[in-house]
Amino acid sequence: MWKFSVRRTLIMIPQLILLSIIIFVLAQLMPGDALSGQIGPDVDPARLDEIREEMGWNDPWYEQYGRWVGGVVKGDFGDSFRFKMPVSELIGQRIMNTVWLSIVTLILTYLIAIPLGIVSGRYNDTWKDQLVTGYTYVGFATPLFIFALVMLWLFGFKLGWFPTSGSVTPGLVSGTFEHFMSKVYHLILPAFSMALITTYSTIQYLRNEIVDTKQKDFIITARAKGASEKRVYNRHILRNSLLPIAAFFGYEITGLIGGSIFIENIFGFPGMGQLLVESITLRDYSVLTATTLLFGVASIVGALISDIILSIVDPRIRIK
Amino acid sequence: MIKLGKKTEAGALQAQTPIKSPSGFSIIWRELVRDKVALISLIFLILIVSFVYGISLILDQDEIVKVDLLSIYQPPNDQFILGTDYGGRDIFGQLIIGTRNSLSIAILVTLMTGIIGIAYGLISGYFGGHIDNMMMRVLDFFNILPFTMIVIAFVAIVPKYSVTTFSLIMTGFLWMGIARLIRSKALQEKELDYIQASKTLGSSNFKIIFTQLLPNCSSLIIVTMTLNLAANIGLESGLSFLGFGFPESTPSLGTLLSYATNPQTLEFRWWIWVPASILILLLMLSINNVGQALKRATDARQRRG
Repeated sequence: MWKFSVRRTLIMIPQLILLSIIIFVLAQLMPGDALSGQIGPDVDPARLDEIREEMGWNDPWYEQYGRWVGGVVKGDFGDSFRFKMPVSELIGQRIMNTVWLSIVTLILTYLIAIPLGIVSGRYNDTWKDQLVTGYTYVGFATPLFIFALVMLWLFGFKLGWFPTSGSVTPGLVSGTFEHFMSKVYHLILPAFSMALITTYSTIQYLRNEIVDTKQKDFIITARAKGASEKRVYNRHILRNSLLPIAAFFGYEITGLIGGSIFIENIFGFPGMGQLLVESITLRDYSVLTATTLLFGVASIVGALISDIILSIVDPRIRIK
Repeated sequence: MIKLGKKTEAGALQAQTPIKSPSGFSIIWRELVRDKVALISLIFLILIVSFVYGISLILDQDEIVKVDLLSIYQPPNDQFILGTDYGGRDIFGQLIIGTRNSLSIAILVTLMTGIIGIAYGLISGYFGGHIDNMMMRVLDFFNILPFTMIVIAFVAIVPKYSVTTFSLIMTGFLWMGIARLIRSKALQEKELDYIQASKTLGSSNFKIIFTQLLPNCSSLIIVTMTLNLAANIGLESGLSFLGFGFPESTPSLGTLLSYATNPQTLEFRWWIWVPASILILLLMLSINNVGQALKRATDARQRRG
């Protein structure tokens, strides 16, 4: 197990380096730099060139890359030249919103997927199974953003049950019970919209797992021993089918990031996904590189966690 | 297409049976007739595609995207069947042109990702060993990156942004799924006798891959590309919705939906965004239905017909 984990972690290093190079090259290709906005009639172009020289922007790329990575490791992403504040501070304000949105979505995804997957797998090819399969089918074909728009229109505007934008009611003091409840209230609709659509893959996986396991020899043995139907399902089948699902949560991070970009923009939810889109509209490139890098690192680390958990759960992966 | 289902069919029939085995087309046709939903989907798709491409020959895109300040936000009426948007532009015309643009780019991206993914998967699976290992590590890296994020970042920095660059960016981050499927198929396939026999006869690797391995993956390729087409329509409209898809002068289904980010439009002007949403849903569902029917046709155990 240790051997596998170490090997898997070592694979991550070139991935991280590759990601940082891609993002660095992207940042270099972006038109203009932080001083372009200052060009004007009363600014001496020669002075700007001097500043560029002092900041090291004329150094060879590998020196600039080294300096940039050095800063990033220390948590220094430079300054946002639209919000006029350090990027790390800006991200600090937003990141927890996205983290909470992702956690609540993930919990809801599993809360929906596990019962539906079990019903569908246990009673496969009955009307219950067909109902669940129909749902996964529609979920697979519906783009998240359309579903989210309809949810916002129905529950946000027409019925008015949930707030239509923001992450908390303004004016509440942080740390109080009202503040917490208001946060939860703002989270429900976005998280539900995302969970209802993204849950289909987990349901399908769980269903196929259970249908496969049902015909295995050890289940026949358990039945032959006289184990009750309840015991067969709870002790034998579910233990084998649920563990991989639990391990998948790391892979889900990539999907959650893609989803949060849409969800946060539709529900006006101030998180990282919204920041990413804002930074492009405002041409705020230091923020763009920082958010892209963070999202990329989160995905890579998520895949690492999932691979390691899966290797613990399923010994076949380790041996390979 | 004729190769489709040939392998499974040969196994089902006894070698000495005098009856000719049904062709790939007739298997697909039987499956479609048996599955009414897929048949209806196929008819719907043929109708909508011929309608959209037919009408857009008459419609003038420049005429439709021209701003007319006198007819802003008109609800559906005699002059504008589906009303107008914030620039007084006809929604119905935009819907037709948008569907055409969305479909065209989805088809283009599906074909390009198909070519790259198939070549990558075949080479990786056929050669195996260290080559396969290295190629799979590269694929893993691309697979981990969140698609929406990386495409947005690339769209933002491309200097001369056009439909071509957009489809290239999308292709660059969408070839991994089909590559992985083809690779695992190629890994199984290359152990089979016909490939081994070909090797013994001294055929070049190139010849084996493209004249023997590729045709035997064709059923998988057709099914995967059909399902990818549906997914690509969703991805394109999603990116256009966020404002990182088609350039502004080119309407797409996602562009119409992006007007709904204005709460006023979302709440009171349904005619702008509801038709486009329904069209995207119907397109994706029916392409999926056809794809699933094709999938069953390629697997004798799942066939209904």
